[in-house]
Amino acid sequence: MAKPAFIVVGGGLAGLMTTIRLAESGHKVDLLSFVPVKRSHSVCAQGGINGAVNVKGEGDSPWEHFDDSVYGGDFLANQPPVKKMCDAAPGIIYLLDRMGVMFNRTAEGLLDFRRFGGTKHHRTAFAGATTGQQMLYALDEQVRRYEVDGLVTKYEFWEFLAAVVDEKGVCRGVIALNQIDMKVHAMRADAVMLATGGPGVIFGRGTNSTTCTGTAASAAYQQGVHYANGEFIQVHPTAIPGTDKLRLMSESARGEGGRVWVPKDVKDKRSARSIPESERWYFLEDMYPAYGNLVPRDIASRAIYKVCRDMGMGIAGSDMVYLDVTHIPRKDLDRKLGGILEIYEKFVGDDPHDEPMKIFPAYHYSMGGIWIDFDHMTNVPGLFAAGECDYQYHGANRLGANSLLSCVIGGEVAAAAMTKFAGGLEKRSEAVPAAPFDTEKKRQEEIYARLRAMSGSENPFVLGEELAATMRNNVSIVRENDKLKETDAKLLELRERFSKLGIPDKGQWMNQSLIYMKQLWNMLELARVIALGALARDESRGAHYKPAFPERDDPKWLKTTKATWSKEGPVFSYEPVDISLLPLRVRKYDVDKKAAGPAVAAKG
Amino acid sequence: MADASVKVKIKRQESPQIAPRWEEFEIPRQPMMNVITLLLEIQKRPKTAAGESTSPVAWDSHCLEEVCGACTMVINGKVRQACSALVHKLEEPITLQPMTKFPLVRDLVVDRSRMFEDLKRIRGWVPIQGTYDLGPGPRMSPVDQEKAYDLSRCMTCGCCLEVCPQINPRSEFIGPAAISQARLFNAHPTGQSNASERLEALMGPGGISDCGNAQNCVRACPKDIPLTTSIGEMGRQVTIHALKTLLTGK
Repeated sequence: MAKPAFIVVGGGLAGLMTTIRLAESGHKVDLLSFVPVKRSHSVCAQGGINGAVNVKGEGDSPWEHFDDSVYGGDFLANQPPVKKMCDAAPGIIYLLDRMGVMFNRTAEGLLDFRRFGGTKHHRTAFAGATTGQQMLYALDEQVRRYEVDGLVTKYEFWEFLAAVVDEKGVCRGVIALNQIDMKVHAMRADAVMLATGGPGVIFGRGTNSTTCTGTAASAAYQQGVHYANGEFIQVHPTAIPGTDKLRLMSESARGEGGRVWVPKDVKDKRSARSIPESERWYFLEDMYPAYGNLVPRDIASRAIYKVCRDMGMGIAGSDMVYLDVTHIPRKDLDRKLGGILEIYEKFVGDDPHDEPMKIFPAYHYSMGGIWIDFDHMTNVPGLFAAGECDYQYHGANRLGANSLLSCVIGGEVAAAAMTKFAGGLEKRSEAVPAAPFDTEKKRQEEIYARLRAMSGSENPFVLGEELAATMRNNVSIVRENDKLKETDAKLLELRERFSKLGIPDKGQWMNQSLIYMKQLWNMLELARVIALGALARDESRGAHYKPAFPERDDPKWLKTTKATWSKEGPVFSYEPVDISLLPLRVRKYDVDKKAAGPAVAAKG
Repeated sequence: MADASVKVKIKRQESPQIAPRWEEFEIPRQPMMNVITLLLEIQKRPKTAAGESTSPVAWDSHCLEEVCGACTMVINGKVRQACSALVHKLEEPITLQPMTKFPLVRDLVVDRSRMFEDLKRIRGWVPIQGTYDLGPGPRMSPVDQEKAYDLSRCMTCGCCLEVCPQINPRSEFIGPAAISQARLFNAHPTGQSNASERLEALMGPGGISDCGNAQNCVRACPKDIPLTTSIGEMGRQVTIHALKTLLTGK
């Protein structure tokens, strides 16, 4: 039998790492991406990548990293994969260093590490404040090398539409759209990887890039792939307000000593710099003395929300607080945070070296995603997932600088599992009859034909904006059951109105309206998974916070949500979380984690 | 007081085969608008200033924070990223056109794949032995790291090619971006091992000697990459390499 061949969908860190590992062992890979892979959303990651290299003699270890990550995720993550990730982290950072990632250095020429949220250790390697970009470039370069060797073929501006599943339920390839000439293609492979990122565009303005619609994950979900923990959405505490996007202001600003504050007197009209120290309220340091400004993101976002919305203490009563780095020497700022300060200056106009930045929380990341086993395979044999689009590593809240790490480890683990899976197949995808490919291709072409013929009065982009507004308002930092029910009613209304869409573009060439309409439907499907998953979970855990159920409820809710698609909407089932390595503890950040007591164990 | 609406003129072209035309739009002004917001507003209400229905404008964008390079276009005659082009800083009517040095796809979208092909030509990677855990990389001083970091921020946006007079239909010039990347990898302790291959790629037709020293590139680069310094440095390396080859016959 010939060597197996593979398809990787998505050219961010997880997809590229998978591709490199597959090509490295001599396999052919077709790599599909919405954008030239060097422009993938991983470029937006700023602060760094975690790994317990313990360069500062603080007694850090992979076990400590593991403990911080599980605790930070409020015990919802299955523990063995998280342990594996933290154990592999130092080696991954060294690998990236060997690939030429320009990590910052100490005077001795060693890798430098900084602090990040939810830990007391300097554990985050960083390349200025554009670490994701630098890592993506390094992997992109290695993939280019395999492209030159003829092992990797890139399909850029291509979109995954559906998996092709044979009569035995095994994934044998994909159906994809060339977004330039709008033609639909069937492609064969012996295993398929979805490394397709998060669903941020469902929430409209946030920190995500424009292709982060979750459309591929949703398409797979509608084909029977399980989607897990969809209700766990990370809202990042510090983003810059904007009309097209809420740009991220990295946690590394606080890691390097940045402080969050508001004037003690809400009527204070003075400029930030002229407000004396004694008249500022450093509320994170006040509320969480053990971690201060470096509490995990869910905690910081809730605190900012409370200060602005519940107490009305935002700057001049607005939805904004100060993020202040003006006390840090200019040279250090330029060396360690240059990239993000430049973004603030370019988009706001003020120089953050001199003026405290004005920030507010924004949608950032989905902890939930495609359900996978510990080998990254979905419930459809032959179909794998890695990166933000899977649910594996971050539990109920992701720690900063763990996402780049989870992308790389996900790609490594998945590539090995894909090779093993393909090796066990009785026949190659090439030998599978054409029928399942033809059927699925025809189904996708018919969907586009129907969308193209739509001539109603609704505009798809307006519908998308309404979807985003309702999700932002109701399925964000604070969740209330009546609002979540309203949200689902709104989602059903939008589905109804979808049937009245008119296509604004008749073009045959790069028709972005047509592309968007199909993705919009997929977003509407996935939005229900998120909203109804949140409605069902009557507790507060990590990023999922319900004032009516303010405590974590382990006996009832220490379990993974699994959504299965049906015509009537998502059907939820639950499975136990693997807590075989660390006992449950109460999660608190006003005291050191060792001081937080044990928790009531889950029943059964 | 600014007008209630922003006037925008956009060069439209439905496909490479169809002749271009200009369309004008008036878009309600909001605070903190950028060029992307204007295009998003047109998507929601695709009508020209004269009230005629049209199609939404096709454009390329992704990160919207000037780190991916996707949304590069010619705005008021200057090539730059649309995301960081803030409306209140632009003269109106704002004109939007696609880049001119790359094949057109549709409206404001062009095909920049030649830039990625050029990165293959200069073998733009560190030739590592494998991705397994083989211990730490080479030590590097913070000074060298900072120098390399400045070069490694190139987002392959194409601004430097767009403004370069040597990039034209009659030339094969590789352009500043790839030359600067060759410098980056030649300076890397491991990347050095195939430095001569990169230099040879820069010696042939379309190589570094096609640079006309107009110095437009360094002024156009949105990431302030010292492109002319890179070209100078690589010119020096190429000359030394050529002399060595001549003298030693290797």
